[in-house]
Amino acid sequence: MIDERQSKAPIFEALSAYKKKRIVPFDVPGHKQGRGNPELRELLGADAMALDVNSSKPLDNLCHPVSVIKEAEELAAEAFGAHHAFFMVNGTTSAVQAMILTACKDGEKIIMPRNVHRSAINSLITGGAIPVYVNPGVNKHLGIPLGMSIEDVKKAIEENPGAKAIFVNNPTYYGVCSNLEEIVKLAHEHNMLVLADEAHGTHFYFGEGLPVPAIKAGADMAAVSMHKTGGSLTQSSFLLIGKSQDKSYVRQIINLNQTTSGSYLLLSSLDISRRNLALRGKEIFKKVLDLANYARDEVNKIGGYYAFANELVDGDAFFDFDRTKLSIYTRDIGLAGIEVYDILRDDYGIQIEFGDIGNILAIISVGDRYLEIERLVSSLSEIKRLYSRDKAGMFDHEYISPKVVLTPKEAFFTKKKSVPVKESKGMVSGEFVMCYPPGIPILAPGEYITSEIIDYILYAKEKGCFLTGPQDMDIENINVIA
Amino acid sequence: MDLELWYTEQHTENVRFSIKIEKHIYSAQSEFQRIDVFEAREFGRFFTLDGCMMITEKDEFIYHDMIVHVPMATRPDKIKNVLVIGAGDGGSIRELTRYKTIENIDMVEIDEEVVKVCKKYFPNTACKLDDERVHIYYEDGLKFVRTKENEYDLIIVDSTDPFGPGEGLFTREFYGNCYKALNENGILVNQHESPYYNSYAKSMQRTHRRIKEFFPICMVYQAHIPTYPSGHWLFGFASKTVHAIDDFEPEKWEALGLKTKYYNTDIHKGAFYLPTYVKELLESDEEIED
Repeated sequence: MIDERQSKAPIFEALSAYKKKRIVPFDVPGHKQGRGNPELRELLGADAMALDVNSSKPLDNLCHPVSVIKEAEELAAEAFGAHHAFFMVNGTTSAVQAMILTACKDGEKIIMPRNVHRSAINSLITGGAIPVYVNPGVNKHLGIPLGMSIEDVKKAIEENPGAKAIFVNNPTYYGVCSNLEEIVKLAHEHNMLVLADEAHGTHFYFGEGLPVPAIKAGADMAAVSMHKTGGSLTQSSFLLIGKSQDKSYVRQIINLNQTTSGSYLLLSSLDISRRNLALRGKEIFKKVLDLANYARDEVNKIGGYYAFANELVDGDAFFDFDRTKLSIYTRDIGLAGIEVYDILRDDYGIQIEFGDIGNILAIISVGDRYLEIERLVSSLSEIKRLYSRDKAGMFDHEYISPKVVLTPKEAFFTKKKSVPVKESKGMVSGEFVMCYPPGIPILAPGEYITSEIIDYILYAKEKGCFLTGPQDMDIENINVIA
Repeated sequence: MDLELWYTEQHTENVRFSIKIEKHIYSAQSEFQRIDVFEAREFGRFFTLDGCMMITEKDEFIYHDMIVHVPMATRPDKIKNVLVIGAGDGGSIRELTRYKTIENIDMVEIDEEVVKVCKKYFPNTACKLDDERVHIYYEDGLKFVRTKENEYDLIIVDSTDPFGPGEGLFTREFYGNCYKALNENGILVNQHESPYYNSYAKSMQRTHRRIKEFFPICMVYQAHIPTYPSGHWLFGFASKTVHAIDDFEPEKWEALGLKTKYYNTDIHKGAFYLPTYVKELLESDEEIED
């Protein structure tokens, strides 16, 4: 029965029917099914252009769904086991922001790990919520931030009884999960909501042998990047809510920032991908897991690299691991992750997700095959043979605990001045600095700049990390509180 | 009227090559590719992978003579441990097994189905796959060679074109791993595409450039194979120390008394003398347009 319902794709079907009717468009978009822009049509294909249409009665309206979008949202909710699912077309960023704006009003507190994506801190700037940072656990050897330990969460709750919500990465970019079920229990005992950033967790809902998905763990809201591991188009995403949340209020919050011209390319890609995962997700993610496990074994056989997985699970800040992630520690061959990342792309034609100071991350997903895995492993073997060097003198810490002086909102909107990064020690940052990806801030607005942070920024820049955030595109200068 | 059944391979977007077919004998989809076997009056029996010509009974001797005897004749008594990648049809193995001095041949073919089909339909080509010196591994060549270091005297890359399952055998990581797997006097010989049509010439250039990055001696030789695109086909000869002509001692090979149909000690040298445009393409730093 469920399969029968899930084999429907209402938005996609409505679009196909709409196309067959050969409606004469005297509405937007002005390219009129591609006729007005032949070069773009050549690039994207006539079919894609014909599907780029405006909302209308047969196609429903994303801001106020009553027919096919409503139906598609209900099917998605069923597939994810959520109370409701919202189709998001402004990225998972918008889903994260909607969660935080729903849970916290201006001046209210939210407990969160500091290694959140910039979108979470951005919404503190726009919504005025005050962060209570929990320092994530750190694996000193790998230099990566982990999840939150339960003791730290308890302490944050005790010290901030009025906080409205706890924000959790499920998983982190590296695939590390906190003990989400325990955090949900603690939060609900203290009348706090649990908001999960599941930008990298779509597959948890469909595969087997993966960490628990947030909604199943009892979280109140979850932002799920369908486009990252679920196969939909870039920028499309789901916001899931549990029974505790009022669907129509959340919709109002979403509509504060969401486009009124939701793209039907994105919407139909969500609809079709949901159908695919609901019907075939189990086998797809079994294959993905097999590929990732195989790749991990092969990489570890090369020697020098360390592709880590569940052996690091410690029952606390490293509570569980997403084994579809191929995270590889590279420092023992004397190369920074970002250097391996660059060599893979420039010399071997292989693009991976990111490289940081000590690690690289390759995403294994629904589209991968063994042939490409062999290329990646063989290239890593060659990189070790040709480029490995003594690891002495390599920078070895990744996570730096922030010292928060002002709330992100106060800091962002306060009068600022620009100073050279090198001379900013002891000042308070007025903007973000982060490597992208992963997009986790090294500095957020309102944080004290230490010499450790300056060294880290300069080292990351020297190694070729793509730094973003500051107004100064060259990251020579930084805006600090005047 | 006669039934007109033709096999056609698209050599370029604008050029087609056709052979009149008597009979379509076999067709199957393996895990990796589509395999077809045909019977034709002009070329005898032949098989294709994903529609691309692999070997015909009539002209396979040219390819197999040239990919095997050129490196073997360069050091006939010294080559004892050989790795062959691809070669599911068995033709390269057949030629290699004629050398008594070879002690071990590892053959790595990704697609077991190809071997099965060739054993059944091409007994004259796949006739030596059961030789006791031959060890067949059904896996990705890129994976196999990755784990080898300083082991082989000769590696023969008898691959398909650089798209589909053979793609990994034209990459920088593959040639680097071959370099590592060869010993000090080891030789790498590879199927090197064709210089004539642009898309093939581009693969040829890229392949040459990648091999040159690793091997100090890096040579290219040619043969004329009627059923391959343009009929003009190239092979690569690369080594850390061995030169295919300077170190060639024809008497040693002649003394073996092997009878060959295409290869001889004159053509061994002659095959390395390339047309001017081919030399220019190989030496050029600029890649040609598709």
